[in-house]
Amino acid sequence: MTTPSQTVGPFLSIGLPWADGPTVVPEGTPGAVWIRGTVTDGAGEPIPDALVETWQADPAGRFDHPDDPRGRVAGFRGFGRCPTESDGSYGILTLVPGAVPGNDGKSQAPHIDVSVLARGLLNRVVTRIYFPEHTEANAADGVLGSVPADRRATLVATRTEDGYRFDVRLQGAGETVFFDV
Amino acid sequence: MAAPTSDRLILPRYRRDPEGTHPPLDSAGYRSTSLRHPQQPLVLLPQQLTEVTGPLLGPGRLGELDNDLTRQHAGEPVGQRIIVHGRLLDGDGRPIPDSLVEVWQANASGRYKHIVDNWPGALDPNFDGLGRTITDDQGHYEFTTIRPGAYPWKNHDNAWRPAHIHFSVFGAAFTQRLVTQMYFPDDPLFYQDPIFNSVPDEKARQRMISRYDHSHTVESWALAFEFDIVVRGREASVFENEEEDT
Repeated sequence: MTTPSQTVGPFLSIGLPWADGPTVVPEGTPGAVWIRGTVTDGAGEPIPDALVETWQADPAGRFDHPDDPRGRVAGFRGFGRCPTESDGSYGILTLVPGAVPGNDGKSQAPHIDVSVLARGLLNRVVTRIYFPEHTEANAADGVLGSVPADRRATLVATRTEDGYRFDVRLQGAGETVFFDV
Repeated sequence: MAAPTSDRLILPRYRRDPEGTHPPLDSAGYRSTSLRHPQQPLVLLPQQLTEVTGPLLGPGRLGELDNDLTRQHAGEPVGQRIIVHGRLLDGDGRPIPDSLVEVWQANASGRYKHIVDNWPGALDPNFDGLGRTITDDQGHYEFTTIRPGAYPWKNHDNAWRPAHIHFSVFGAAFTQRLVTQMYFPDDPLFYQDPIFNSVPDEKARQRMISRYDHSHTVESWALAFEFDIVVRGREASVFENEEEDT
């Protein structure tokens, strides 16, 4: 019954980018960080026609959504969208999310869910960004633990001067872990 | 009803789509996939809070004419005026109200208003090809636009994309996010299109083709096509499953 996915195609920049897409929070928000990176293909070449979307809880671990049984908390958009530049780079300005409960009653490590869309991708690919400073929480995180140990690092951002770096390698050496959701 | 004995949060869960619904990422006929499809197996991500919530955007973000692609410039665009309408539904046929729908397309000549598209199809100064709307409380959306032409590309010899409108929907949850393409009935180009044909299941392919809808045409104004978009449906709640087990 579900309508099939099709590629977003090479001309997504006609329809999808918003002026305020990359800013999950307005510039100048205290504590805001830039998450930047590049999207590359199997030859290590930059992908200039990709779209990166992010979805996350607020710094208190809450969502503005009616299906969160803890209650809906308004005020934080939680969603970012940024097309890549000709050098494959993207940037999202946001706040680091708080920890969110997992299905097993334990806490998940702070994370951001990411969708990547592009020409040549017939469906989005899904990944997660984890944060390097949360070493204990990351070590206990069920999703990170389920990922092959030698690939786990592809999901953990590295610190930069104004935030974090998170690269997406669609294929090849150091291929980012992608999820089946 | 007994209360659940665990501390677990009660979350909705979204059904997996049947095999064959979506294209495999590795589809050699569509050449751009060769360097872009992941080669490592996907890791199963259990549906937890982040996955069953999602952005609920739209209200307050839209201009009044955002859903009319024929009225973005002083002059009228060239080509067949059409109304494209339908419902955003989940897999159980439940409408998804107040949900953002974004579209983009080529003009009547099959030319995109984009620097990378430079084939000799005529540009139309009165047509940009992008639109946005929100579904109403019945999950219904509507756009007024121009029927797009077919567009040539370099995938294979004499390759032409069938006429299509790109659709992006959020649904109510991260798991429901979907980008697809709407096609037109009786298009002679399907047979040679690797993107359309990348969808393995024949009935699923048919769901991407709109239906000519004479009942929605406006006399002396516009023809109409209907296109429902179906996203993943919900499973019974965890709570109900626990009840049955005890």
